[in-house]
Amino acid sequence: MKISKKDIRYVAHLSRIALSDNEEELFVHQLSDILSYIEKLNQLNTDNVDPLVYTTNTFNVFREDALEKPLAIEDAQYCAPSTMGAFFKVPKVIE
Amino acid sequence: MRLLESTALQIKQKILSKQIRVVELVGQAFARIKAVDPTIQSFISLNEESALKQAREIDEKIDHNEKVGLLAGIPVAVKDNLCTRGLSTTCASQILKNFVPPYDAYVVKRLKEEDAIIIGKTNLDEFAMGSSTENSSFQITRNPWNVACVPGGSSGGSAAAVAANLTPMSLGSDTGGSVRQPAALCGIVGLKPTYGRVSRYGLIAFGSSLDQVGTMTKDVSDASLLLQVIAGKDSKDSTSVQTPVPDYLQGIDNNIQGLRIGIPKEYLTEGMHADVHKALKDALRIYEKLGAKIIDVTLPHTEYAVAVYYIVANAEASSNLSRYDGVRYGIRSTNAKGVIDMYCRTRAEGFGNEVKRRIMLGNYALSSGYYDAYYLKASRVRNLIKKDFDAAFEKVDCIIGPTSPVPAFKIGERANNPLEMYLSDIYTIPANLAGIPGISIPCGFSKDGLPIGLQILTKHFEEKQLLHVAYSFERETDYHLKRAVI
Repeated sequence: MKISKKDIRYVAHLSRIALSDNEEELFVHQLSDILSYIEKLNQLNTDNVDPLVYTTNTFNVFREDALEKPLAIEDAQYCAPSTMGAFFKVPKVIE
Repeated sequence: MRLLESTALQIKQKILSKQIRVVELVGQAFARIKAVDPTIQSFISLNEESALKQAREIDEKIDHNEKVGLLAGIPVAVKDNLCTRGLSTTCASQILKNFVPPYDAYVVKRLKEEDAIIIGKTNLDEFAMGSSTENSSFQITRNPWNVACVPGGSSGGSAAAVAANLTPMSLGSDTGGSVRQPAALCGIVGLKPTYGRVSRYGLIAFGSSLDQVGTMTKDVSDASLLLQVIAGKDSKDSTSVQTPVPDYLQGIDNNIQGLRIGIPKEYLTEGMHADVHKALKDALRIYEKLGAKIIDVTLPHTEYAVAVYYIVANAEASSNLSRYDGVRYGIRSTNAKGVIDMYCRTRAEGFGNEVKRRIMLGNYALSSGYYDAYYLKASRVRNLIKKDFDAAFEKVDCIIGPTSPVPAFKIGERANNPLEMYLSDIYTIPANLAGIPGISIPCGFSKDGLPIGLQILTKHFEEKQLLHVAYSFERETDYHLKRAVI
């Protein structure tokens, strides 16, 4: 399947990845090749096949509703690019 | 045989009988790393100071005849996508280059509880996305058998460190073959347990329905020992299971008379290298000599496995990697206007091309209008692949084939064609899609002197049988005793 530059821009936006013009060009070709290969799945009729996500028998997992010691704030903030008090700081969200 | 060429069980015996001190062993390991690793480039970071401190503590315990753990004093290298408290964990990505985890992965905690010594963190393809370790954003790891070749991937650093005798054992992770394929290309033993056998807590997520932590060792007995330590239920990973963990070494040397080995005709494809084909045929003759029955089986959907994998794994990855947004940890782009621009620039600067490609592919497959055609379709075909195995295991006890269609390839040879690189995982991916365990063991060498791996697969949670079948081959051969000269 051929995808267009417009598709690449759309999916890059969904992915929150800024692309240069050169990267757009590269990924249009590479993703088109990969998607063409993936189209071989359409050779199979899967109308009566359930999708599989969990490969081992699953069951509900409960735990005691008890307090556990959370990560200390200073540990959680240790690698943060920017903090203020007990918070993570980000650039302006609403203009 | 020199100390660092020995297996973990041999070294452990020397430690417990006080023939060597742990401090001495760990000192030797770091001396060798400093001499050899500038060439091999298997480690991203070393943990020398705390490793030596821990070594002294274990020596003291042994001096005082105190009880010690199953891995007392054994150096273990850990893939750099497993969180280690206070020790940098990068996933070989620029986006995490300054990340120091505030907690240990479950498997790392288990290593420490059993007195293993974590000597350092090993290189990988960025976020474990690759089959050659060339996608690391820091360095290219080289194959100790031929430094012009790749070690395989994505756990290439962990494989090369064991093959170069820098450490007797290491941990890797396997989403589509990332433990088994580099083990095959580096001439060591690589085990991927059943999905759910080992906790994924603290393993930095790639494809959550496929990821499993695996062992990389010099022989099958060491694989049994290391699996013994890391297997089991962990309340922090709700997909880890209660199924009891057996004693993997007990009965490993029983005979395999009457064992039914399945050979899938789909694994004997034209893409297989002639030397790999020959090694496989020789291996089957050895199994027949040991009393096993070779039975033809069919896994008819094998040819679709790679396509399914690149939808499922990347759909899951696109969601898992959305957490790298420059807010709580990792790098942040400095010249952004507003928060969305900050996300987009941070991720553009922090991720390499392979990671970007896969995130975009995953998001495309999950996006409105394409979800049914790609993600749902792939999940249905995944079920067909699992059913193939279910049907085959009605007739046989295990399935045997090559781990990789080719021995180690040259650095750069496949780097520019993502699709060709993806196809090198054709034999390993099906086990991840079905959730079954698999092991790669050394079974020969190519004409060029490069190692070849034999893959064995069994039913869910039958690691004991898997190790038993692997051990019976190892005992008859000496491929696992060969050491790379470096």
